[in-house]
Amino acid sequence: MAGNSDPLTPRAKLAVTAGKAVAAASRAAGRGSGSVIGGRVALKLDPDLLARLAQNLDVTLVSATNGKTTTTRLIAEALRAAGPVVSNALGANMPAGITSALAGSSDARFGVIEVDEKYLAGVARDTDPKCIALLNLSRDQLDRAAETRMLAENWREGLAGSKAVIVANADDPLVVWAASSSPNVIWVAAGQMWKDDAWSCPSCGGVMQRPGDDWFCGECGFRRPTPSWALSGDHVLDPHGSAWPIHLQLPGRANKANAASSAAVAAVFGVPPQVALERMYQVQAVAGRYDVVQFQQRDLRLLLAKNPAGWLETFSLIDPPPTPVILSVNARGADGTDTSWLWDVDYTRLTGHPICVIGDRKLDLAVRLEVANQHFQVCEDLDQAVQMSPPGRIEVIANYTAFQDLRRRVGN
Amino acid sequence: MSDNQLRIVWIYPDLLSTYGDQGNVLVVERRARQRGLDVARLDVRSDQAIPTSGDIYLIGGGEDRPQRLAAERLRRDGGLHRAVENGAIVFSVCAGYQILGHEFINDLGQREPGLGLLDVVSVRGEGDRCVGDVLGDIDPRLGLPPLTGFENHQGVTHLGPTARPLAQVRLGNGNGTGDGTEGAYNDTVFGTYMHGPVLARNPLIADLLLKLALDVNALPPTDDRWYEALRNERIAAAQQPA
Repeated sequence: MAGNSDPLTPRAKLAVTAGKAVAAASRAAGRGSGSVIGGRVALKLDPDLLARLAQNLDVTLVSATNGKTTTTRLIAEALRAAGPVVSNALGANMPAGITSALAGSSDARFGVIEVDEKYLAGVARDTDPKCIALLNLSRDQLDRAAETRMLAENWREGLAGSKAVIVANADDPLVVWAASSSPNVIWVAAGQMWKDDAWSCPSCGGVMQRPGDDWFCGECGFRRPTPSWALSGDHVLDPHGSAWPIHLQLPGRANKANAASSAAVAAVFGVPPQVALERMYQVQAVAGRYDVVQFQQRDLRLLLAKNPAGWLETFSLIDPPPTPVILSVNARGADGTDTSWLWDVDYTRLTGHPICVIGDRKLDLAVRLEVANQHFQVCEDLDQAVQMSPPGRIEVIANYTAFQDLRRRVGN
Repeated sequence: MSDNQLRIVWIYPDLLSTYGDQGNVLVVERRARQRGLDVARLDVRSDQAIPTSGDIYLIGGGEDRPQRLAAERLRRDGGLHRAVENGAIVFSVCAGYQILGHEFINDLGQREPGLGLLDVVSVRGEGDRCVGDVLGDIDPRLGLPPLTGFENHQGVTHLGPTARPLAQVRLGNGNGTGDGTEGAYNDTVFGTYMHGPVLARNPLIADLLLKLALDVNALPPTDDRWYEALRNERIAAAQQPA
């Protein structure tokens, strides 16, 4: 653990104080948590603040297209077994939000930080992390974000000189490509249902062969590394061959994968899998995701899915038909304004579920479902969709801002 | 169309299926089935040969490197040329559109030969990337309602004498040449920059492809109310000031 007890210069202290004051003012004005604006002001006053704040922490960075926020939370819970943790638990994952989160705690030993994919290389440079967890990479918001393979390239270049231990998903060829520039990698067989961004070899462009769970490039020999950790059904297999059962409250295969990666990270800091997993079981919901809420005398489970890979994992965890499903999609700035990605989601998987669609782009969903030959109803809002849904707990699946709208409406 | 089966070929989903354009295949397939046709969909990966006996071939958008790889493999394969000689219909989007032309600029910044199935040449635009909703009027010879779609490209495509513009944009950039043209077509080969996917936003273009492939003048009607509702919404949204 890093030694210097007071790494903050007077300028950095001033920056932290000013940032907190601005955040408080922003909160008072009803503009959200204020963490991003506060962090922005603080970074302006001291551009090196993030590096200074990270200096006396054992930092873990977590990045991925999907599962960042949940995994950050799982790792934070696990590491609390070993000492106090500071984390950007609410998902403010760009440098300003990260700075603000770290400024919030002065006595933490561990920093567990979710990082937006685009900022990983820079934040890794600034925070000198001990560990970096890379979960998956797939298409997301292509009208405003970098191409998926370019992100992998960007990670690869940014991590090439890193001293961090990289905990990386051996089942995602793009993640493996990104991580394999690094000398110290722990491979986790965490699975990846979505395969459509990795049919082309990230190294040479050859066509990827994917027999069973294995994958390799037929042309250049780039192939799946041998994992030392693995998710196997409901168990995490550790490097010693022990199988630890996973009993998360969070649903779905993807969260078991997140737990497996989190256990591998915890082990880097000396927290054994059994201890780490038991702490993860306490997590019920993460920033509203997976929460079951009461609304109009009905139970609604709120599920966030932002891109094709996320929808695929989400369809695999919902209760079977005839469980009613409500889908909500927006295309505001934070969602990406192009809805074409809906056509990469296989909606025939919803066959047998009564479906209601809502959200700014409910008509895009209507055409998508019509072409998938599904029965559905187009509703004005959540209230109407809930009224139209037949009995039973309702699975509500929404993309980013649509999810925020839902939480606001149900008072979550 | 042979033995009463409509064969729809989706070219290189491993390279050119990044922007939801496989929706175009789904829409053509669905609308053919709604007309009682027996449909076979063939997804052809880039390590497989392009069949030459398809009726409708679709190609989508992709990232810069996959686009170069797709052009290399399609040139080497040669099957799409033979299919077009056999009278097949080809519909292409964005990166796929550029590949069908004479040449485009690849990810290495070099001029990459295309297939020459459309009389167009693509270069890299100097200005900002073209991103956003588009509204246009389709060539009146095709007798179709306004074009709606979403563009997301850096390329600029110039049309030669044997390619006609698919549409004239009212809002958005289209080919990016500044003259308002969008897309290109000849008798059997079509190209556009529109995602959305474009055939979900413009189902009558899908019907046009079916009519050309079946060599008929009309198709039985379908219930298009959700397509209509979506079109009206997107056309209105495109006209709103940003």
